[in-house]
Amino acid sequence: MDISKEKLEWIYTTMYRIRRFEETMLEQTFKGNSMGVTHPSDGQEAPPTGICAHLTDKDWIGSTHRGHGHCIAKGLDTHKMMAEIMGKATGQCGGKGGSMHIADFSKGMLGANAVVGASIPLAVGAALTAKYRGIENESVGVSFFGDGASSQGVLHESMNLASVWKLPVVFACENNGYAEATPSWYAVSADDIASRAEGYGMPGVVVDGMDVFAVYDAAGEAIARARAGEGPTFLELKTYRYHGHFHADVPLNYRTEEEEKYYHDRDAIKSFEKRVTEQKLMTARKLKSIRDAIEKEMVVAVDFALNSPMPDASALYDDVYVNYSNPIPGLR
Amino acid sequence: MTTQKSVNPLGPGYEGVPGEEKRFRDVFRDTLRAEMIRDEDVFLMGEDISGGFDKETKEPLDAWGGPFAATKGLVQEFGPERIRDAPISEAGFVGAAVGSALTGLRPVVDLMYFDFVTVAFDQLLSNAAKSRYMFGGQTKVPLTLFARSGAGTGHAAQHSESFYSMLAHIPGLKVVVPSDPYSVKGLLAAAIRDDDPVFLINDKKLINLTGFVPDDEYVIELGKGRYTRRGDDVTLVGMSYTSIACQQAAEMLATEGIEAEVIDMMSLSPFDEDILLESVMNTNRVVIVDEDTPRASMASEFAAIIADKAFDYLDAPVKRVTAPHSPVPYNKGLEDAFIPQPADIITTVRKLLGRE
Repeated sequence: MDISKEKLEWIYTTMYRIRRFEETMLEQTFKGNSMGVTHPSDGQEAPPTGICAHLTDKDWIGSTHRGHGHCIAKGLDTHKMMAEIMGKATGQCGGKGGSMHIADFSKGMLGANAVVGASIPLAVGAALTAKYRGIENESVGVSFFGDGASSQGVLHESMNLASVWKLPVVFACENNGYAEATPSWYAVSADDIASRAEGYGMPGVVVDGMDVFAVYDAAGEAIARARAGEGPTFLELKTYRYHGHFHADVPLNYRTEEEEKYYHDRDAIKSFEKRVTEQKLMTARKLKSIRDAIEKEMVVAVDFALNSPMPDASALYDDVYVNYSNPIPGLR
Repeated sequence: MTTQKSVNPLGPGYEGVPGEEKRFRDVFRDTLRAEMIRDEDVFLMGEDISGGFDKETKEPLDAWGGPFAATKGLVQEFGPERIRDAPISEAGFVGAAVGSALTGLRPVVDLMYFDFVTVAFDQLLSNAAKSRYMFGGQTKVPLTLFARSGAGTGHAAQHSESFYSMLAHIPGLKVVVPSDPYSVKGLLAAAIRDDDPVFLINDKKLINLTGFVPDDEYVIELGKGRYTRRGDDVTLVGMSYTSIACQQAAEMLATEGIEAEVIDMMSLSPFDEDILLESVMNTNRVVIVDEDTPRASMASEFAAIIADKAFDYLDAPVKRVTAPHSPVPYNKGLEDAFIPQPADIITTVRKLLGRE
């Protein structure tokens, strides 16, 4: 296998961190410690991990309402993420963005985005900046979006733009089979969303999104193309979310137990563990030590978030603009 | 180079300031050019801003030079990377412009007709205007957009909108409305240099207007209005084209012995509350003239501010002269009736002063 030991450890750490972050975040949400709606991504660990394994802080990603996995794979700090979800001043966005707007520009993370499809052209714009500056080899744009966004016009506009301008973009469609409760077999007109790439003059690749090695390989090719100035690639990563659309959603109202079992049997983390131990790439002991470290990290993250202060009341008016001469407060 | 006083009554008329009489459209292009020379991160994006490509060489033809030839010649100087012709994908390229602004460039987007902003509205509202706030001040969006507004040129319902208040309503976005060559130079330069997203709305009726423009580089502070005429009897408040209509009305009213004060707002978000209140406290009467439709308009906002903060100074109700609550009609007679005309302003002022 053509992956370094360090990279394998990073992949396992990242996938397990995403899994445990989502589970921990849900526990805290049900305890009433989250201040709003959250969209867990557990089950979908392989796509962000396999893709971001090829990226650095100089590369940019756009994300979605289901963005915690993208954030973690891009290197964001789970303490600040947890604090953000709890609305705290120490959160990634000072408590003003919440779960659906976690961003870290120092890490090349353009922000989770709560309008379906809306972040796609942002990643294209980041790639445009790279092309403008002549640094495509070190700065590409990756747009994460779901099967729901594949029906949004702005995706199609963005694919056409990226193709005609030959921009270093990877369109990463995480097809988890459902847009909220609506199944993709109902809402998507093609068997494979990736087949649409052909119409925009770019390669479209269907990838097993439950297999992090398959994602890693496909993403490696797509990102290498982008860095070489050969333009965009479309990846359709067939994956599954273990929980509902949002924390309180009950997916068995629109999915079957058989279907859920099918994907749990192909769990990205378990299949990774099986493969690396069978092939003697990592030891069971090493895997456990990574898991133990993540468990500790989650405890500390929750503790940090719970014990962090609320934003100052004046934060309400901060950062609407860089500068603005009219008074901001509302009329009372 | 001349040092003449402006023949355009809205010009600054600086005595002794070097400058010359110029067309609005030429000043607009020259300012874009100057800002692109000044800062290599500034680039322009839009449909047909050069216009046309040679099939063999793939080189831009500059056949259009932009809608209303606003960018003619720039592609020869700056090349197709900085004068970037876009497919007809407003949501896509406005979104890409926001993405490039978030990652360090200073994009300027030509949206052609103001009506087309609705096609890109999600990118403008949810991404351009909100990114700084919802990400806790981590980033800024130094994006400038411009488009042509206004009725009066037979462009009918979908190419003639002036819905200023739709944009001024959005926290995180700034809105400016130049009314003459002097103000477009200062406001466009200020918009491009500003670190927040700014929408410059350019009324089509002004494009061939001439006026005095100082030679030196300058910016007009966003959020500042100006007096273009002083008087004690009534305040006329204009924005974009209606500043011209107010000025013309004021000159005609002067022949009847009514001295109107005229304010050109220039910026709609932020806007110059102080100049509105100062003038109303002086004249005690105010007519606000807006080509936008009246519901939830800038005229209504200014009226509310005046009623709230200068109530005791008012000798008469705050009056608004606006377009009707209708789309823009095609027929010339109907279109003229849609637009607030100097005659409408004069009639309103006469009623206000009891001189019918």
